[in-house]
Amino acid sequence: MIAALIFYMFAGLAVASGVMVIASRNPVHSVLFLILTFFNAAGLFLLLGAEFLAMVLVVVYVGAVAVLFLFVVMMLDINFVKLKEGVLQYLPTGAVIGLILLVELAVMFGGWTFAPDVEALVMAPAPTADQVSNTDALGRLLYTTYAYLFQASGVILLVAMIGTIMLTLRRRPGVRKQKIADQIARTGKDSVEIRKVPSGGGI
Amino acid sequence: MSETFDLIPVLPELFLVLAAMALLMAGVFRKDEGFGSTTSLAIMAMVAAAVLVWAVGGDERQTTFGGMFVMDSFAVFAKLMVLVGSALTAAMSVSFLEREKLGRFEYPILILFATVGMMMMISANDFIALYLGLELQSLSLYVLAAYNRDSVRATEAGLKYFVLGSLASGMLLYGVSLVYGFSGSTSFEVLPRIFGGDHPAAPHLGFIAGLVFIIAGLAFKISAVPFHMWTPDVYEGAPTPVTSFFAVAPKIAALVLFTRVMVGPFGDLVDQWRQVITFIAILSMFVGAFAAIVQTNIKRLMAYSSIGHVGFVLVGLAAGTADGVQGVLVYLAIYLFMNVGTFAVILCMRSKGRMVEGIDDLAGLSRTHPLMALTMAALMFSMAGIPPLAGFWGKFYVFKAAVDAGLFTLAIIGVLTSVVSAFYYLRIIKIMYFDEAIEPFERVSGRAMGMVMALSTAVVLLFTFLPGPLLTSAKAAASVLFPQ
Repeated sequence: MIAALIFYMFAGLAVASGVMVIASRNPVHSVLFLILTFFNAAGLFLLLGAEFLAMVLVVVYVGAVAVLFLFVVMMLDINFVKLKEGVLQYLPTGAVIGLILLVELAVMFGGWTFAPDVEALVMAPAPTADQVSNTDALGRLLYTTYAYLFQASGVILLVAMIGTIMLTLRRRPGVRKQKIADQIARTGKDSVEIRKVPSGGGI
Repeated sequence: MSETFDLIPVLPELFLVLAAMALLMAGVFRKDEGFGSTTSLAIMAMVAAAVLVWAVGGDERQTTFGGMFVMDSFAVFAKLMVLVGSALTAAMSVSFLEREKLGRFEYPILILFATVGMMMMISANDFIALYLGLELQSLSLYVLAAYNRDSVRATEAGLKYFVLGSLASGMLLYGVSLVYGFSGSTSFEVLPRIFGGDHPAAPHLGFIAGLVFIIAGLAFKISAVPFHMWTPDVYEGAPTPVTSFFAVAPKIAALVLFTRVMVGPFGDLVDQWRQVITFIAILSMFVGAFAAIVQTNIKRLMAYSSIGHVGFVLVGLAAGTADGVQGVLVYLAIYLFMNVGTFAVILCMRSKGRMVEGIDDLAGLSRTHPLMALTMAALMFSMAGIPPLAGFWGKFYVFKAAVDAGLFTLAIIGVLTSVVSAFYYLRIIKIMYFDEAIEPFERVSGRAMGMVMALSTAVVLLFTFLPGPLLTSAKAAASVLFPQ
């Protein structure tokens, strides 16, 4: 009973704040609502007993992604009101298409059946909580059975990094950069010159 | 708890990834750009990987990583095609990129990573492995499309490709999740067990929807109509060497992957997917034939031409038989050489110190560069499917497979559209041989270009006389997918 109530609270709040992400005028508010959505999703994960995923969601999405979003929103001079100008115009068409898709999904999921003997086919049956904690269970899968996929993801991230650097890094001549070693190695002798100034005359 | 995996089947991929990382480190720590030497080393790595593929792949089917990675003669055939395609296009790009002052060491490294992604796709035996291979390949391609970052067209091409490609990946994943929801597994080995055997299960509506989503996602990657809109813009906007790479290796890899997914896990559901494949094959052949007629830019023309070729390949897949898959492989091998040769000619189109891309710029090529014109003419005749050149045989085998499978309408439409598409291929020959030259091209053809042109012309001309090796190896490769 209480679990159901908490579920509806998290789910309702997640949907409401999700709507606010696209509805609010101020982009900073949008990002803050996004963070609220993430927290609610983390709550839903907790209800499912997936505490590791819940924590990762908070750490990665709230801690890193959302902060990055905020940073971008504040740094870039984008006119969000202008970006949203056409929304009302496209809203009816989009709503109709969305409705059709919703009905289709409902029809599809309405009579969902599983393959016969699906239990025998499941790839990595989840161990129950009293056997291992789910951090442990995820780790075992990720680093043993799915080691290939894990390594492949690593290579994909490497390509993403190469791509970002290649497309954005520019070597501009004449840019003054900090060279910490040189700066620390400077001594008084290199930078200060003591001259005797005769009275009545200049240097 | 600890599992050990047999690493021998993945040796070629492992080698290529390590080579790419080593070249990356070398490139970062060098003082100069190091474009030429990195590219040569990358090509050598690809050749070595091809040798490894040859050595590792036997007649026996090997799987590793808990059945997620499969190495069979189908994979060997496809990987050799991909490696040859990547290596040839990388070799062709060197002189062009150096002339345009675009040479940077990341270029060959991204090609290497894309090639690894393609090899992972070809060997995927699990939907998640498929997805990761596809993403590795796509991500490298997005970056390559925007490689010339100072050009608005290239940046637009990259961005467009990225956004639409992500959408397609999303569709694919959604389809996979529906399939997983039905069967509880993402492995390619499990689905035939559900739908095959003595008590085949009836596929659920949601499962069929998942199958259609997967087809839609993959159709985007092979640029089949109606998911082709990005192709002309990306082909035109990206630098020409990148376009030539796009047109060959990734397309072959994606089509091979498409074939494996349809025939492997969904093999028993051929009645369900045949109509979808037939539909996109017909549309692709139509768009490839009619939309190409009005093009004036040769890169756009090649984009539509490749859409048409994808349609012809899908005819072979729609047959859903071992002969059909053999036709697909033969067509792809011939397509590889025709495209590489054509792009070698396009890369040589330069006048007044800059690259030209208009079809009319080819006017009078037969007088200024007779050998190049002859190569182009042979390739165009072959693409149009005029016997006895190789292109005719590619089409012959896919149409024959379709007829044998009872798909007469599809085969007739295929023949008709190939007649229409002959118009614009022959128009190029007419422009080269009968129009007055406006501005002769500069002599830029390096040794790599000459070799690629000679090789592709030789393949196109000699295939009729020596079809045996290709046909038998393609037959052996195709039969792996149809265990008796």
